[in-house]
Amino acid sequence: MSVRAEALRVPRRRARSRPRRGRGVAPAVAGALATAYLSLVVLLPLAAVVAASTSGGAAAFWQAISGPQAFAALRFTVLVSLAVVVVNVVTGTLIAWVLVRDEFPGKALVNALVDLPFALPTIVAGLVLLALYGPNGPAPVDIGFTRAGVALALLFVTLPFVVRSVQPVLMELDREMEEAATSLGARPRTVFVRVVLPNLVPAIAAGAGLAFARALGEFGSVVLISGNIPFKTEVASVFIFGQIESDNRAAAAAVSVALLALSFGLLLFVSAIATRGRRRAG
Amino acid sequence: MPASSRASRLTLRAVALGYLAALLAIPVAMVFYRTFEHGVGSAIAAVTTPAAQHAFWMTLTMVAIAVPLNTIFGIATALALVRGRWRGRTVVAALVDLPFAVSPIVVGLALVLVYGNTGWIGGWLADNGVRVIFSTPGMVLATIFVSLPFVVHEVVPVLREIGVEQEDAARTLGASRAQAFWRVTLPAIRWGVAYGVILTTARALGEFGAIAVVSGRIEGRTETMTLFVEQRFQSFDLSGAYAASVVLALLALAVIGSMTLLDRRKED
Repeated sequence: MSVRAEALRVPRRRARSRPRRGRGVAPAVAGALATAYLSLVVLLPLAAVVAASTSGGAAAFWQAISGPQAFAALRFTVLVSLAVVVVNVVTGTLIAWVLVRDEFPGKALVNALVDLPFALPTIVAGLVLLALYGPNGPAPVDIGFTRAGVALALLFVTLPFVVRSVQPVLMELDREMEEAATSLGARPRTVFVRVVLPNLVPAIAAGAGLAFARALGEFGSVVLISGNIPFKTEVASVFIFGQIESDNRAAAAAVSVALLALSFGLLLFVSAIATRGRRRAG
Repeated sequence: MPASSRASRLTLRAVALGYLAALLAIPVAMVFYRTFEHGVGSAIAAVTTPAAQHAFWMTLTMVAIAVPLNTIFGIATALALVRGRWRGRTVVAALVDLPFAVSPIVVGLALVLVYGNTGWIGGWLADNGVRVIFSTPGMVLATIFVSLPFVVHEVVPVLREIGVEQEDAARTLGASRAQAFWRVTLPAIRWGVAYGVILTTARALGEFGAIAVVSGRIEGRTETMTLFVEQRFQSFDLSGAYAASVVLALLALAVIGSMTLLDRRKED
């Protein structure tokens, strides 16, 4: 019996009693710290928004979000986000496909470029789109103060979500199934729709959910382009901003809560997909 | 390869690249062109005005405070979520992603409602001489809020992947808890941490909406780079807005470059 074996024996006995209590107190202390930090920065302020939204009672809350301007802003936000997500589902899957299955010079550069909307400040995103497609830009269109312009800004900032969600799944996909389908006479389109696509659906849905949540709350990229015309190009976040500026905090809080409920619901949907995916993989 | 499949492959490639060019590459290139079309000198002059310099330092201040705090919090939370078995773990796991689902404007409003002069604890803070809203602390809080989940997000999967065998081995061989963390766990998760730090930095540099609400946008006092861009644009100083945008875009490109390098490292 060496000294080393002696050293091994003591912790082993302790290890046996450990599983029931987790891994000691350290993670629990870290957990308490994490909870405190999260509460002070995130939860307490969000609770204040919920409280402010109902400070005038349920009727006042309902009145605030169903007022014509607030309702128009919320409706436009949801509809334009939905349209943007539909486009993203198609283009995002396409870009992921090209990045995984195609080979061409400069592919690594294109792959890196996809992350640009995550790294570029949103106000800059709005400005670059105006520089090209705005009133003084060289392109033969003018997106300034239009709904199409708002949609374009949202397409810019949400671009990476579906691509980055689908790409890893496509990479891991076993190509034997596709080869089998092809050898049995299936045409490329049939192979994609019947064999590849079903495997991608959870990843596409997860990416789409994240993009939707992002589009609902987007502010920076939209604010310069939309011109904030009520009933036309005003999105919910811009409406809330206007209410804060004119010191109408209860209305701002009410629309915020509506927005929060929508995007939090989407986030739950995405995490449900992820959990199901992990369970299936495990 | 049959001709038709080759043609369809080229079509798909052209559509994907064309979309990326029209949406991302050409607009960004356009801002670079507009910035430098009257020479480098005028661009440099536009971003070295006192207001621009101050905005740049404000942005760096936000990053210098928010990123370290969120990194420490992120690692602690990830460890607690993956290794711990404490009560409330699943709740925290669900709530940690919350900042991703909150509009920046709502973040700003939320902070004003708590830390503003008429807010939940803002009045008490003001009585004790602490000004949060329309001042740097509020802007830091906003930055922390919006960039909070990134490190947790990157570190949790890595911690799951590496398991506990090595840590247990180190502890078995007599390492203290701290030694096991610094010498075994941290080196194992370092690429995940680095990736999270880069994403946190990018988000902190670029935050606009939340800061617009809590800062009060006082030029030369509470104006960050992103607010400076908007303020130049609204005062019809397009060349100033473009030049400041280019500075931010270069920072964004640096972020992407380091992410690409990290990806390569991780694969090695």
